[in-house]
Amino acid sequence: MVATDVKLAVRDLNISYGGQRALSGVSLDVHEHEIFGIIGPAGSGKTSFLRTLNRMEIHHKDMTVEGSIVFDGRDISRVKNVYALRRHIGVVFPLPVGLPMSIYDNVALAPRLSGIKKKVALDEIVERCLTRAALWDEVKERLDGLGSLLSGGQQQRLTIARALSQEPKLLLLDEFSIAVDPVTTMRIEDVLKELKQELTIILVTNLVQQARRLADRTAFFLNGELIEVGETEAFFTGEVKDQRTLDYLEGRFG
Amino acid sequence: MLTERVQLSTSIDLDHRGRDWYTDKAVTFLVFVGGISAIVLIIGIFVFITKEGLGFIAGSLDVREFFGSLAWRPTSPTKPTYGILGLIAGTASVTGLAMVVSVPFSLGAAIFIGEFATGRLRETLKVLVELLAAIPSVVWGFIGLSLLNPLIIDIFDVPVGLGVLNSGIILGLMAAPIMTTIAEDALKAVPDTYREAAEAMGATKWQVIFRVVLPAGRNGLVAAVLLGVGRGFGETMAVLMATGNSIKIPTSPFDSVTALTATIAAELGDAPVGSDHYRALFTLGILLFVVTFIINLTADLVVRRAGRK
Repeated sequence: MVATDVKLAVRDLNISYGGQRALSGVSLDVHEHEIFGIIGPAGSGKTSFLRTLNRMEIHHKDMTVEGSIVFDGRDISRVKNVYALRRHIGVVFPLPVGLPMSIYDNVALAPRLSGIKKKVALDEIVERCLTRAALWDEVKERLDGLGSLLSGGQQQRLTIARALSQEPKLLLLDEFSIAVDPVTTMRIEDVLKELKQELTIILVTNLVQQARRLADRTAFFLNGELIEVGETEAFFTGEVKDQRTLDYLEGRFG
Repeated sequence: MLTERVQLSTSIDLDHRGRDWYTDKAVTFLVFVGGISAIVLIIGIFVFITKEGLGFIAGSLDVREFFGSLAWRPTSPTKPTYGILGLIAGTASVTGLAMVVSVPFSLGAAIFIGEFATGRLRETLKVLVELLAAIPSVVWGFIGLSLLNPLIIDIFDVPVGLGVLNSGIILGLMAAPIMTTIAEDALKAVPDTYREAAEAMGATKWQVIFRVVLPAGRNGLVAAVLLGVGRGFGETMAVLMATGNSIKIPTSPFDSVTALTATIAAELGDAPVGSDHYRALFTLGILLFVVTFIINLTADLVVRRAGRK
């Protein structure tokens, strides 16, 4: 059945900042175990969209959200414990954030917050998440070094490891490669392809080619509107419904 | 081919020094003098108090009596003694109690202002805290004398309300606004990205503060506490008014004590210039100077370490 493998269903989503519309009338489905790409120029509402999925809008006083977002069958605007929701949805921000604590503590932070205290269990989580984020081999000798002193690319993988530490069902990546060198970007992209087996990924990116390499399906946002959603390959072979999508993909405006 | 000698000419004037040039030099000099004067003054003060105090240290000072005896009797006509143990105990007990009062208060206030309050509430609170910091110490002393004193007598049923408890509370309230301001700055210096990262992981507000923000701002918070200690240690007027002024090692919070600073303030006017008493008071000054200097230097180093990270 098609309905069962919809991980996230968004209907008629409007987002505005103090009366200023950032996103209007977005409806889309994200399927289980897919990488769902979101492309579009700056200011098209991609990041606002991601923030809403994690209910981060409650920290913005003037940000209002209308419409419905259903995650795993639950309307997220109605959940009573927003913290529990966030533990199921991991986020990786554009700029890497190594918290000023040890590498180990960075990854163990979230499990500890949710009550895991046993050293053995934490050790296991730290090693597994760092391995999955392709960072373990580089840092296994210095887990007690400061996370904020790693290089940019390492910190971004640390951020991914941290996001994975609570076994999220959905991983949101917001232009993760903005501060990362091309080699590390490629490594992270490989990691994401692997992770797809276990969870669902939404990837916001400025790099059209990155969407092509990774995303199964891609959505094109422009000026706060969802122009269209399609199979990524179809996009790149020119099968688009809207001329603007083609223009963007081919770099005719930015 | 390059010619061997480049032709020099004076066709454009590059040598004229106009008003701009002299103004620039003058301002540079003035700013330099201003900056250097702080150092000169500090050294000058240190030299002055050591000059007066050293004569006593070299002459009549008995180190064991000085630090080990309770007997501060500089005006005794037969055998003057200079034991400052009681003064040190007074200062330490009052400053210690002041920290017990002010640290929870000011950290709580800083966390509330920095992490919870928003918009006008936040701005109002900040202005109020800064206003509190500007209250003259004699006013605090007056509050201790005329408000807290009868209150302590009533509540605890003791004969005198002046002492460690009274001056500790007064000093704590005095130090709290400064500590709050500095602690709040330390929390503000923690990047919002840390908070967002923790929030996105599902950390509650309290977890974000306790597990991420406070550890990240730890150095600044330590500096805030240290500067508060320095403030309490060096405070004179309020202590003079609220301690009850008797030299002893306190055994209960209601005991009257006296502090190093208060002793200098109370006795310097009566001590004949150049006498042992006069010089002994300057020795107390050296002690105060050195301790405050160490406290402030430590705070400064801690802050610098925070800035480098």
